[in-house]
Amino acid sequence: MTIKQPLSHLDWLESEAIYILREVAGQCSNPVLLFSGGKDSLCILRLAEKAFRPGKFPFPLMHIDTGHNYKEVIAFRDQRAAELGERLIVRSVEDSMKRGTVVLKSADESRNKHQSVTLLEAIEEFGFDCCIGGARRDEEKARAKERIMSFRDEFGQWDPKNQRPELWNLYNARSHKGENIRAFPISNWTEMDVWQYIERENLALPSIYFAHQRDVVMRGGSIVPVNVPLVSGELTNPVKAGEEIINMQVRFRTVGDISCTAPVISDADNVSKIVLETATSTITERGATRLDDQTSDASMEQRKKEGYF
Amino acid sequence: MSNTTHNDSLLRFMTCGSVDDGKSTLIGRLLFDTKTILADTLTQISNTSKKRGMEAVDLSLLTDGLQAEREQGITIDVAYRYFSTGTRKYIIADAPGHEQYTRNMVTAASTANLAIILIDARRGVLTQTRRHSYLAHLVGIQHIVVAVNKMDLVNYDQAAYDKICADYLTFANEIGFAQARDIKFLPMSALAGDMLVDRLENMPWYTGETLLEILESAPAAHTEGNEEFRFPVQFVCRPHASADADLHDFRGFMGRIESGNIAVGDAVTVLPNGYQSKVKAIQLGEAQLQSAQTEQSVTLLLEDEIDTSRGDMIVKTGSNIAPVKQIEAFVCWLSETPLSPARTYVIRHTSRESKAKVGAIAYKVDVNTLEQQATTDLKMNDIARITFKLAQPLMVDSYNTNRATGAFIVIDESTNNTVGAGMIV
Ligand SMILES: Nc1nc2c(ncn2[C@@H]2O[C@H](COP(=O)(O)OP(=O)(O)O)[C@@H](O)[C@H]2O)c(=O)[nH]1
Ligand SMILES: [Mg+2]
Repeated sequence: MTIKQPLSHLDWLESEAIYILREVAGQCSNPVLLFSGGKDSLCILRLAEKAFRPGKFPFPLMHIDTGHNYKEVIAFRDQRAAELGERLIVRSVEDSMKRGTVVLKSADESRNKHQSVTLLEAIEEFGFDCCIGGARRDEEKARAKERIMSFRDEFGQWDPKNQRPELWNLYNARSHKGENIRAFPISNWTEMDVWQYIERENLALPSIYFAHQRDVVMRGGSIVPVNVPLVSGELTNPVKAGEEIINMQVRFRTVGDISCTAPVISDADNVSKIVLETATSTITERGATRLDDQTSDASMEQRKKEGYF
Repeated sequence: MSNTTHNDSLLRFMTCGSVDDGKSTLIGRLLFDTKTILADTLTQISNTSKKRGMEAVDLSLLTDGLQAEREQGITIDVAYRYFSTGTRKYIIADAPGHEQYTRNMVTAASTANLAIILIDARRGVLTQTRRHSYLAHLVGIQHIVVAVNKMDLVNYDQAAYDKICADYLTFANEIGFAQARDIKFLPMSALAGDMLVDRLENMPWYTGETLLEILESAPAAHTEGNEEFRFPVQFVCRPHASADADLHDFRGFMGRIESGNIAVGDAVTVLPNGYQSKVKAIQLGEAQLQSAQTEQSVTLLLEDEIDTSRGDMIVKTGSNIAPVKQIEAFVCWLSETPLSPARTYVIRHTSRESKAKVGAIAYKVDVNTLEQQATTDLKMNDIARITFKLAQPLMVDSYNTNRATGAFIVIDESTNNTVGAGMIV
């Protein structure tokens, strides 16, 4: 008997993700890949290239834009889709607001959780039966129990107590009309795996992932970026009375709606420095940077039940 | 192989035990002692521990994820956790210990290559221990670690530990488990963190490996045994409409090598039709490989133009596998709706599906006594030996020789739910 070498952990994770993407393509009739321009979805684009080239992707890309995204990320999103020659669909929370399906409690309420409404509207508009996303189980407690192919009912709801058992690599992505599947090819990746993969594959990222100077204030123990220019030119996140603007060297560990993504202090200006910093970090990715998860122990679970990613 | 290193592999394992044997504490300990738990998570769980009036930080809170679980203090469903030691990445499946255990345990075991079976040192080998061992055996886990936990509560007594090990071996021999599997024993205190990552001074009489040492040296999946090459086709890539004329005749068969290996030039047969050809090229992304191995997702190009689609299986010519229209298997029922022998189900096996009907139910296994009982139906958590008649042929191996091509799931088309898990005899 010959001694066989197992795959390295990154090769294994890559192969698993490619397999999951191909299962989606094989089992679903109208899937879509959710692409935000963030690091997790950039990894998935790379995986999709490895899964389907020299063919085209068997799905379009789609971004649900809250209108409050960093303009560097939006520019990067458009550039990447163009380079790949793949179709990018953008649907915006602002359009849902105009339709009256999203109503903010106040003008400065975070639009982050309202993405779910716009996503469900887009799923209905295009008749998608599967959305591929970049969520990882290590991000948050409720996600640790999420399936790789996760079933959502007609209202887009996740029922954590009634999930399909998932055995071996026999994924069940079947759904009836109106229902859909959320597929998570990098479920088993950690933040560290993502950075190591970005380093190994030499993936380009939006500039705000790297250390840069930025005006921030300290608010409730978090670093909050202020006066952030939007794509429209408008500035968001005004300084509140009594707050002092500090110019700091920071980077983002996760990018999303401006209202709920905070940067960390860092001088890591390239990927290998970020890998090192991640290895020695004492704070979780979301703990440090997601202002929306800190409200309660269960806030992510609640949002997911309502159709959030 | 070009892009593989032996020093950075991945191991999937699971923990089994009855409620309160210490599964969550064990996992919490491993994460804590390998520095996977970061400061903010620790603050969060220490606040929760205090709210519940506990003195020390309850590490089990790390794995009890959902709102209902936190309220009731129990684990509802299989949860996955990750840690890395620098030499290995680990994926832990944590299956809870209440009534639905069989279903959850089979689910967790299906992807594990090693199982830690927890025994409470005060209680010894129980009915549950037998059940967990039988299930681990059934689902084909090769490496078993019997962890005698809560040694602190029996004064770290060696005699108590030795007796439990002897009892376990007697029973393992009875079910033919001891010969077939690699079984290791270890005493520990998950609460005190003794013999997991660190070796404290309480048990100088134990000189064997710590839990982490056992995990670090356990063989990764597919590195033992001689599995044959199996390549279920997931997707066929035909970019003929592309502007690139070179791609006009491109026909790539995409899939994951479920077992064995393949090299350019190898003679292959495509089942179920039996067309023969040779491997012209193997691609992984932009890379052209000369050969590829188990668990790699690749694209195969063949020398001849063969009509092949998703659900076909590429094997080496001469391999001992043929399409069958009937299978016999141990099936674990996963759904609250019992199996109905009158109904037609869908079986998904590798990338292939077939309609299926129950031919006969030979017997049901009592997972506690391992007795065989006659039965006409199958309820959730039951395990039975069943024959299915298939509308479409499947290319199967026995589960004992190949976990990928010996496994299937049963789907109820009315709900699309996964209702059964099968292991082919
Ligand atoms: N004394 C002692 N208590 C332990 C040990 N391991 C776990 N426990 C306690 O046993 C109880 C149940 O543990 P838990 O990890 O939740 O068990 P699970 O139900 O198997 O997940 C908790 O109160 C733990 O603190 C141990 O090694 N020694
Ligand atoms: Mg528990």
